[in-house]
Amino acid sequence: MIKMPWVIETKSHRSPYAPLLAPLVAVAITVCTGIILLSLRGVPPGKALFFLYFSPFSSAFNISEVFLKMAPLLLIAQGLAIGFRAKVWNIGAEGQLLLGAIGASLLPIFFNDSQNPLMLPAMALIGGCFGMAWAGIAAWVRVRFNANEILVTLMLNSIALQLLFYLVAGPLRDPFGFNFPQSALFPEVGMLPILVDGLRVNISIFFAVIVTLLAWLFVERSMIGYKLEVGGTAPDAARYAGFGEGRAIWIALLIGGAAAGLAGAFEAAGPLGQLQRNISPGYGFAAIIVAFLGGLRAIGILFAAFFMAVIFVGGDIAQTSAGVPFAVNIVLQGVLLVTYLAARVFVDYRVRFGTKRRLPEGAH
Amino acid sequence: MKASSDATISSSDRDQEAPLLELVGVTKAFPAVLANDDVSLRIQPGEIRAILGENGAGKSTLVKIIYGVLVPDAGEIRWRGEKVAIRNPAHARALGIGMVFQHFSLFETLTVAENISLATAQSPAELEPAIVEFGDRFGLPVEPRALVHSLSVGERQRVEIIRCLLQDPRLIIMDEPTSVLPPSGIPPLFETIRKLTEQGRAVLFISHKLEEIRSLCHQATVMRGGKVIASVDPAKETNESLAHLMIGRDIPHPEREAATPAENAAMAVRGLTYTPPDPFGTILRDISLSLHPGEIVGIAGVSGNGQRELAAVLSGETMLPSSRRDQVVIDGNACGDIDSGKRRSLGLAFVPEERNGRGAVPEMDLTKNALLTAHSFGLTKRGFIQRPAARAFAERCIAEMDVRCGGWDAEARSLSGGNLQKYIIGREIRLQPQILIASQPTWGVDVGAAAAIRQQLVDLRDGGVAILVISEELEELLEIADRLHVLFRGHLSPSIERARANTTLIGDFMTGGFLAADQAPGTASL
Amino acid sequence: MLTLTFLLSGTLLAATPLLIAALGELVVEKSGILNLSIEGMMAFGAVIGFIVVTKTDGYWLAIAVGGLAGSALSVVFGAVVLVTLGNQVATGIAVGILGLGLSALIGQPFESSTVAPMAKVAIPVLSQLPIVGRGLFNHPAIVYLAPVLAFAIWFMLMKTKVGLIIRAVGESPESAHAIGYNVNAVRFAAILFGGFLAGVAGAFISIASTTLWANGLIAGRGWIVVALVVFATWRSGRIVIGAYLFGAATIGELLVQSFGIAIPSQLLTSIPFIATIVAIVLLSMDGRSIRLNAPVSLGRVYQVTQ
Repeated sequence: MIKMPWVIETKSHRSPYAPLLAPLVAVAITVCTGIILLSLRGVPPGKALFFLYFSPFSSAFNISEVFLKMAPLLLIAQGLAIGFRAKVWNIGAEGQLLLGAIGASLLPIFFNDSQNPLMLPAMALIGGCFGMAWAGIAAWVRVRFNANEILVTLMLNSIALQLLFYLVAGPLRDPFGFNFPQSALFPEVGMLPILVDGLRVNISIFFAVIVTLLAWLFVERSMIGYKLEVGGTAPDAARYAGFGEGRAIWIALLIGGAAAGLAGAFEAAGPLGQLQRNISPGYGFAAIIVAFLGGLRAIGILFAAFFMAVIFVGGDIAQTSAGVPFAVNIVLQGVLLVTYLAARVFVDYRVRFGTKRRLPEGAH
Repeated sequence: MKASSDATISSSDRDQEAPLLELVGVTKAFPAVLANDDVSLRIQPGEIRAILGENGAGKSTLVKIIYGVLVPDAGEIRWRGEKVAIRNPAHARALGIGMVFQHFSLFETLTVAENISLATAQSPAELEPAIVEFGDRFGLPVEPRALVHSLSVGERQRVEIIRCLLQDPRLIIMDEPTSVLPPSGIPPLFETIRKLTEQGRAVLFISHKLEEIRSLCHQATVMRGGKVIASVDPAKETNESLAHLMIGRDIPHPEREAATPAENAAMAVRGLTYTPPDPFGTILRDISLSLHPGEIVGIAGVSGNGQRELAAVLSGETMLPSSRRDQVVIDGNACGDIDSGKRRSLGLAFVPEERNGRGAVPEMDLTKNALLTAHSFGLTKRGFIQRPAARAFAERCIAEMDVRCGGWDAEARSLSGGNLQKYIIGREIRLQPQILIASQPTWGVDVGAAAAIRQQLVDLRDGGVAILVISEELEELLEIADRLHVLFRGHLSPSIERARANTTLIGDFMTGGFLAADQAPGTASL
Repeated sequence: MLTLTFLLSGTLLAATPLLIAALGELVVEKSGILNLSIEGMMAFGAVIGFIVVTKTDGYWLAIAVGGLAGSALSVVFGAVVLVTLGNQVATGIAVGILGLGLSALIGQPFESSTVAPMAKVAIPVLSQLPIVGRGLFNHPAIVYLAPVLAFAIWFMLMKTKVGLIIRAVGESPESAHAIGYNVNAVRFAAILFGGFLAGVAGAFISIASTTLWANGLIAGRGWIVVALVVFATWRSGRIVIGAYLFGAATIGELLVQSFGIAIPSQLLTSIPFIATIVAIVLLSMDGRSIRLNAPVSLGRVYQVTQ
């Protein structure tokens, strides 16, 4: 038997600061990996560091971009984290986001001349409902037929993408758009108000922060949040207590779907102003990483979303100014989550190096 | 070690020989407890040695160290006179140490022969004749091609013993081997054990049952709190003197008077038939049972005869289809199809056999664990948790039940099994139930705490609560129950009044003796 | 008749990588580990295999190196899941993302370039059969080897000691440890094997099936592989059937077009995904069969005590 030079034990009590360790280690390693990857492509380390992690703060425009990208990541991750805490693995936020964008786009596309100020709230509502409905399919087949939600939500992602392609190429295509696969531009009432003139950041970041507070209240203080968490950590205890599993699955998936759908509506009504094929640069998947990196806790996710947005913007800048491929972004996302999950061992367990064991204090 | 090949060794010879196994100053600590503290002992060939101690005394840890599952922090192990570091169970087996586990280490989806093959060099097919032959020789009949999940607990134990014997060990460790047997299964097991030692093998017999140790073992090493307290000849001791050594004082017994049960049943089960979705589970067949306020009804039986399924159907963790909802009745209401939360609001409280992960959430603190079943007792307001109220509730449970823990913010998993059980029982009692179902209430709990829990149950009964205790410890049921049923292969025996209850009758029922008398398996009547 | 040939051969080409990767995943899951990073491992194997062919023209070398690439990625997965006790679902997703990112990055200079397809082996006599001959019996050797591999893995799992140990570890790591097996070593080996086959499957796609590298080449096949194992309720025979059924579904587009039916191409592209959902739903209804065949400890963190 191979003997490891360390021993992993169950912790008897945990320090309140330990959970910070894992994300910090992950972020540090990710930053280093980014520099190394860019160096390998001929970008000097100093410049790489600047492009990836400092340039996002180098101008008002870039800072605005960070908050613009942070909003959907934060929104979706809060919804997903509630599900993940309940061990309901909704991997379909990307698809739910697309459905939200499709749903929200219907109003401005079909009422393109409208001046009604209620259009934007209605779009948000429809977007959230579409996202919920898409996630609801997975909830239904899981509760009714016990079909694995990981696989179903994933498949629904691919189907949602094809549905979007179909719609922008056909029924929802701008009739005056020279056959480009995209919808007509939304009217003014169908667009999110911009925060600062000349920049792209809009009020969706406020919604995301409000949702963060609500998520905190839900997870830390509400009885439903508690029931979901019991279901996730100890399913037998949930059954013992009489917290229905089916109900938990429905709630977890619908919340995740609503948040992602809302994010989709905001993307369509925000920076894009129309429905098009590349409505999301992978926010739905990146939000999974954000949710974990934030320790599945509302406040942690706030910081995680910010960091992930920095990676996105830094990657974009590196792409335009140094010709670094977008794939670097994806690699960094992968490294971030892998290192985070590995570093969790220091949070969830007690790791002792060497084989000598100290006697516990207070043992007779 | 030529002596080991001798057929028999007299008691006096044993003392003079070099020991088969010798432990010197073995120490093992876990994060919360010092499980073995400077333990030394020697075992001679041909000896049947008891390790006696109550739950938590450190017996299991010691055994795991000898078998290489755990590595000691300090101390020395000598095998046949030579110092060894037993690295892992494979190494232990190579040395000649075999083990029969208390919680079986068998694989349910594999056949008997496959299971045995995993611990030996031969293929399952090659092993089949050997399994049959060993079965004949030592009185351990078992079908080599049977899937383990289809076997009774006793049969599984035989598989464990055969698997151990096929490796031709010099020392066989048996961890609480009688705990899974009906009374009638114990004498044959002892016969088998005596046959084993005739060839110079030694047996290390781990138990907390005094009677058995006195009738079987040559020497008894008594452990308490991780230390060796004494080494005695059990035949020369009484149950009382052994018990005193084991727990350091006399075993307390609950004070009880005769029950005065009320007329109307608080809970009734009528013709319950239930097939669990788990293919390895036990089918419940036509079970009828009534539970009156002011009485304790016990359900005895060897584990794996449907206790788990029955408890889940009664508690509401398993729900019946609506068409059969009237098979479970609480206070006149048919409620077979409602969940455990709704049954709780009808006055049913339940203490499950698993504490961590079922009765409590291991990762959550005691305050949050109070919410698990007590949330509707003023601990929430408009859907939000009232933390001060929950904390006060937890603190009262801790104080009233004398739970030893780090306070209301201690995680459930940081508590010892006994203390967590006390907390859970305290929580359920504070719900002021009309009906209390307790599954293995004192399993793994130390003697003092077990006595306290039994006294609590008797006091509740006196307060007019209807109580059902499902237990594999017959002694416990005989001590507290007013009447008894026995579960056997999903059938429930007729009720036995306390006055009529004795080990012989119940032992007969535990092997299905009641079936021939009144109902043949499979016949269902409503 | 040409259409039929085309469909048969298309089905086999599409099914072969699914079958190979699913067999690897079967072994991993039988040991009790849920590896959701197949998509990333296939992509990594695909790009590495493609590069090897571009640089050396060695097709079998490309298959082998592609497999090793999959194994290399699975080392990361195994380390996080077994050594640092990471959550298997999250780790699978993380390593999957890592694999997709790495393959996109490494493959960037080769984007949209092509290679000559892997040499075909026409089976004597059979390939001359009318109608089905050229569709079924004129393929790269791997296409014929895949069902042989399925048999070999069935034999290994059900008839050999190694398979017995893998199944035992997957049912109860605690018991396997108690009787002296090194659970993590067995599981690590299974993970490496699964990663190897995922890499081989990816390389097959890029050098024998599509014969081109493009980012997003795997396009969800890795997830269908995971679904296949569930669909097959962890039985190798059913994986074979499932793989060919899904192979047929992935070329549904060609099938429908051949009948001249006008259906949006996006719907056709969705067919395998919809079919996967339907298949999972149908299979999941049979809970008893799943409980009997599913590895009991699948997905559960196992902490060695010492």
